[in-house]
Amino acid sequence: MMRAFLAIVGRDLRLALAGGGDAAIAVAFFLVVAIIFPFGIGSEQALLARIGAGVVWVAALLAALLSLERVFAADFEDGSLDLLALGPLPPALLALAKALAHWLATGLPLVVAAPFVAILYGLPPAALPVLALALLFGTPTLSLLGAIGAALALGARRGGVLVPLLVLPLCVPVLIFGAAAAEAAITGGALRLPLSLLAAFLLTAAALAPWAAGAALRQALGE
Amino acid sequence: MAIFEGVDLACERGGRVVFAGLGFAAASGGVLLLAGANGAGKSSLLRLMAGLAAPAAGALRWAGKPVTDDPDGHRARLAWLGHADAVKPALTVARNLANWAGMAGPRRAAADIDAALDRVGLGRLGPIPARHLSAGQRRRLALARLALGAAPLWLLDEPTTALDEDGVARLAGLIDRHCASGGIVVAATHGAVLAAALTAPVATLTLRAAS
Amino acid sequence: MAINWHFLSNPARFGRVAAAVLPWSATATALLFAAGLWLALFASPDDYQQGETVRIMYVHVPAAWMALMVYVFLAVAGAMLLVWKSPLAELAARAAAPLGTGFTAIVLVTGAFWGKPTWGTWWVWDARLTSVLVLFFLYLGHIALDAAFDDPRRGARASAVLALVGIVNVPIIKFSVDWWTTLHQPASVLRLDGPTIHPSMLAPLLVMAFAYLAFFVTFLLVRLRAEIARSRAEALRAAAARATP
Repeated sequence: MMRAFLAIVGRDLRLALAGGGDAAIAVAFFLVVAIIFPFGIGSEQALLARIGAGVVWVAALLAALLSLERVFAADFEDGSLDLLALGPLPPALLALAKALAHWLATGLPLVVAAPFVAILYGLPPAALPVLALALLFGTPTLSLLGAIGAALALGARRGGVLVPLLVLPLCVPVLIFGAAAAEAAITGGALRLPLSLLAAFLLTAAALAPWAAGAALRQALGE
Repeated sequence: MAIFEGVDLACERGGRVVFAGLGFAAASGGVLLLAGANGAGKSSLLRLMAGLAAPAAGALRWAGKPVTDDPDGHRARLAWLGHADAVKPALTVARNLANWAGMAGPRRAAADIDAALDRVGLGRLGPIPARHLSAGQRRRLALARLALGAAPLWLLDEPTTALDEDGVARLAGLIDRHCASGGIVVAATHGAVLAAALTAPVATLTLRAAS
Repeated sequence: MAINWHFLSNPARFGRVAAAVLPWSATATALLFAAGLWLALFASPDDYQQGETVRIMYVHVPAAWMALMVYVFLAVAGAMLLVWKSPLAELAARAAAPLGTGFTAIVLVTGAFWGKPTWGTWWVWDARLTSVLVLFFLYLGHIALDAAFDDPRRGARASAVLALVGIVNVPIIKFSVDWWTTLHQPASVLRLDGPTIHPSMLAPLLVMAFAYLAFFVTFLLVRLRAEIARSRAEALRAAAARATP
């Protein structure tokens, strides 16, 4: 079973990286969203430093969501999902493997790219490791919650716009504490609460989200 | 000596009854062809057989035991060929095949992969990205999964789609060999092309849409 | 819910029960709203701080209770649909979701009307209002998912899973938003729940809450009857399509 799990993660990673695939596009999207903000609000240094951490989080959330819709939809359309469901993994573990692959292919590159955006926004260097750490804890939760939405929207009309509508409200807590951690690092506030809450959200999502996504997959295949 | 059978099966989709009161029996070493018009429920029946969907009524049995007693065991004993090929254009032909092999069982040597490709007539295309394949070649690549696996029960949905004469002959060869070694094949098919090419014993079940 | 849904899942039987309950619940809705509004608008005292504007509370706060209650209702109906495949649960969730969305909309609009004289601005990122705003989008997602499939039953099952995910998230979102507002701004003046409320304000508040509840029951039944009729009409249309070669 472990081998099948790793085989699915490996397969998805290979697909995400093949031919400048999803991973590169998600990072590019993340950067362009982050860079578009100053054009809308002005280039005043103090203001940018004030909103920088929040912008990084919102851009990361949007970039993760952008690529989420394809997590199951591509396999659903070409028949691969039937074969995956007939493999040795139960649907919940299948969903967990797909969410993990999504995070490795898009979430992790975002963690690496985030400090560069932070520098553009003039965040103090001391805040960069905390921002990266918060993203490291927070982005897997986004992939897990997103997997639920992506599985629910399989076979739906307008699946691409539906997924963000389903998932964004669920992401509010991650966004709040993710941005709070970065802000605490800037202002010298307490880091432990936001970071430990992000970790708690991740554990909760890892334990529960695969079941919901697995149930959704079963529904999509049963039709 | 029927070992895969269905009793009094009913299928419901989108609130309508596709079929009801359907029974079948497939014996080891034999082929069961599903015939019937579009919408008669051939694909739906195959999905029930695979356990991808649950029947609205009735039961499926393997060797006399309901498959719902051991769904994991049932999944492990079947090989599935859907109407879609499940081919990833961005990956090479050999990689496509190796992905499925790696999920289903022990790691396969590259030689096994090449041998399976050989048997469906794709022998030299292993390192080519699958996006260069024609529709018929993609179908052959999907068939290569069957050649590689060791599952006793094959469930095939329109296996001859897009295949040329040589492709159909190779498919028939795969099925004959599978049956000769005691396997069971259930295939949904429109034409008589496949039946004519087979030497294994064939039974036909004709589905009619429930009114 | 103390109602035996299995007993009601037969549509014809449900129709008889609904027909018997409806006149009573409709009358109760009208009477309770009349009494509640009279108490709220005329028979209750001004607030010593907020004056007349406090009367918005009697419309605002019970609507917020209902918004949350209807979401719990969606989750319970979703669980019943997924576990017992109860056909009535599917229709009940579909009938209730727009009502819950309406309650959240009332909360948000009256919140804005209340905010203008109190804070001098239509919208403040107050913890309660913000939570309700997120809830509003949870409702919208639920309705959109329910309607996104060609097969309505598939939509109902998908949105049932979403409601269960949502109900687990609602307390987490509430906690997060509460924490977030205390971080960014001082606590709001809208702390009207709890034991600090004066009894002369509690009576109209409770009457209004029961009025909303009766309203919900009445319109749930009306909408359920419409949904049952619609699903029958849909089945007839599908049968007609099949009969045409």
